Amino acid sequence: MRIIVCIKQVPKAQELQVDPVTQTLKRVGVPSEINPPDANALEIALTLKDRHPAEVVVLSMGPTSFDESLERAVAMGADRSVLLTDRILGGSDTVPTAYALSETIQKIGGYDLILTGEETTDASTGHVGPGIAGHLDLPQITYVSEVRIVDNTVRARRTAEDGTEWWQTNMPSLCTVNFGCNKPRSPTLTGKIRVKRGGVIVHWSCADVGIDPKKVGLLNSPTIVAKVDTIRLPPRAGRIFSGDAKESVRALLDALIRDRVVAP
Amino acid sequence: MERFDAIVVGAGPAGSSAALTLARKGFSTLLVERGRSPGVKGMFGGRIYSWALQDLLPDWAKDCPVERYVVRENMVFLTEDASLGISFDSTKLGQGRAASFTAVRAKFDGWLAKKAQDAGATLVTGIRVDDLWKEDGHVRGVMVAPNDRVGADVVVIAEGATSILTRAAGLKADLEPREVSVGVKETIELPAETIQERFGLGEKEGAAFVFAGQSSLGLRGGGFLYTNQSTISLGLVVSSEDLSRKKVEIQEVQNRFRLHPAVQRWIRGGKVVEYSAHLVPELGAGMMPRLWGDGVLVAGDAAGFLINNGYTFRGVDLAIASGIAAGEAANAARSAGSMRAANLAAYDRFLRASNVLTDLERFRRAPLYMKNERLFDVYPRMLMEIAERLYTVDGSGQQRLVDAVLEQAASADVPKLKMLLDLLQGARSM
Repeated sequence: MRIIVCIKQVPKAQELQVDPVTQTLKRVGVPSEINPPDANALEIALTLKDRHPAEVVVLSMGPTSFDESLERAVAMGADRSVLLTDRILGGSDTVPTAYALSETIQKIGGYDLILTGEETTDASTGHVGPGIAGHLDLPQITYVSEVRIVDNTVRARRTAEDGTEWWQTNMPSLCTVNFGCNKPRSPTLTGKIRVKRGGVIVHWSCADVGIDPKKVGLLNSPTIVAKVDTIRLPPRAGRIFSGDAKESVRALLDALIRDRVVAP
Repeated sequence: MERFDAIVVGAGPAGSSAALTLARKGFSTLLVERGRSPGVKGMFGGRIYSWALQDLLPDWAKDCPVERYVVRENMVFLTEDASLGISFDSTKLGQGRAASFTAVRAKFDGWLAKKAQDAGATLVTGIRVDDLWKEDGHVRGVMVAPNDRVGADVVVIAEGATSILTRAAGLKADLEPREVSVGVKETIELPAETIQERFGLGEKEGAAFVFAGQSSLGLRGGGFLYTNQSTISLGLVVSSEDLSRKKVEIQEVQNRFRLHPAVQRWIRGGKVVEYSAHLVPELGAGMMPRLWGDGVLVAGDAAGFLINNGYTFRGVDLAIASGIAAGEAANAARSAGSMRAANLAAYDRFLRASNVLTDLERFRRAPLYMKNERLFDVYPRMLMEIAERLYTVDGSGQQRLVDAVLEQAASADVPKLKMLLDLLQGARSM
């Protein structure tokens, strides 16, 4: 069985900074990590590999600085990784990204299961996983927190608004994985040695994969960012209720009820 | 399963020196470090005696991240409000094999680990090894998890003072409080020009201080101060037994030490930019584990290779020399046909060739002597009171030196015979 896990490298959540001038996320010079939901997807793949004979291939699209995350994925237990990296991909939104990744997955070939995170922590669209399934015409199960392989079918537990559902599909299929549904394992010594020995990452350009340059990049991305607003928190009133404890708590409660912060 | 000829655990001075030596001898070598990069978990007072580095890398001075070469040694006795110091200046202190220098471990360890990598060793960071893989008592490699083992013909343990693996290897019993001290260090930022002006130093020149007496609130231990390029390392090493017995917090001792006028004058206006603490093996040759077993060698702090004789604190030089000796021993054992303990026993010979064991044995009594509480409390006070008698001119009649000493000795609480014995014992062990 071949499992392909799509990951993205994102700025570390705790280190997020917004450029005060452009109002966009700073991506250069901040520490990065594997997009956390993607790390959860990788953990599901590695758990499946613990139970079944499987090869786990990690795929990403981006600059070569993404090697850091691909190396980490291999150190955690993935077998190998592919980075689609090409200047002409710069500025691609979710539409060209889903197209380019699906082309790359076809070039890797022989896949039985594709896993992605539910969304990225730096853009939060949730488009790319379903987009890949669309391009490859695969059955998909979104927002899953557990995947089992039973009799050559995929069974996944899906988080719905009012509970959980178990879905079953034939292979190949695609699942998008919930953020925080598991605890991604740490890199192993054996894994880190494999990374050091080299040869665990291949870089492909658009030409290598056969991606149509007219379908990728900023110009071929339909999303237009019209405006970015920063949320401004209302100033705090800063009222202090003092004096007798019972009375001041009563006064505080009355004020909160009056301001509709709590129900009477 | 991954395999190497040799695995070295810990990329501190001992580990990187062992890995460098092994790689040069043609061993495929894995160097494993638990910190994100070498040196981030390391801590020491601040000075390195260079002789062992000269043996390992004759060209070391070309690119070694030296902060300052020590050209002035100071020993200062403190009471609550007074100090008595001895200072030794010599440009010779900073030259040749006798040169010593101050350093910052994150830079120094990174530099040394890079040398090991350049020689062919594979460095892996961010992995903590806390078990050995053993078969019938013979060490076959390291084990991070049951399914994460890496094999090797020989494992060099250079894990530092906590020595978890050394104990796992059955080479050492659990640590006792009396065997370790607690070291604390503050890094205090000051402009390089201020340091040079204040200490009277040249651009690359540095000073080293050892403090005794009230530096440690009368607990057994002592203080140190080293000048780096634009920071000062100020710290204490205090008996952990005394800390717990007298229910004193090390931070409190460090605070009082920092606020002493004889310390303040050097660091005033500086900003504390880092605070660190570490265990320090204290009994020297007295607490040494077995240094080798089947397929395993122990080097550096893990082996208790530390000398504190009251006027010099040595650790990094012994670590480097023991790392070299471990590499040589593994090479000799390979030539002899196997990594069995009988062959690795050559380690002893290599350690003696670089005087590591001989020095440790010579100063074996020093740590015990240093554990004499009178040395940290009664005698510094006596010295200071003698100095006070000698230098006080207030019209009430000045004393001769000999009278001052005799009178002071007579008024002390310590019997004269005991004082004499302490003196003799001190002279022998130091």
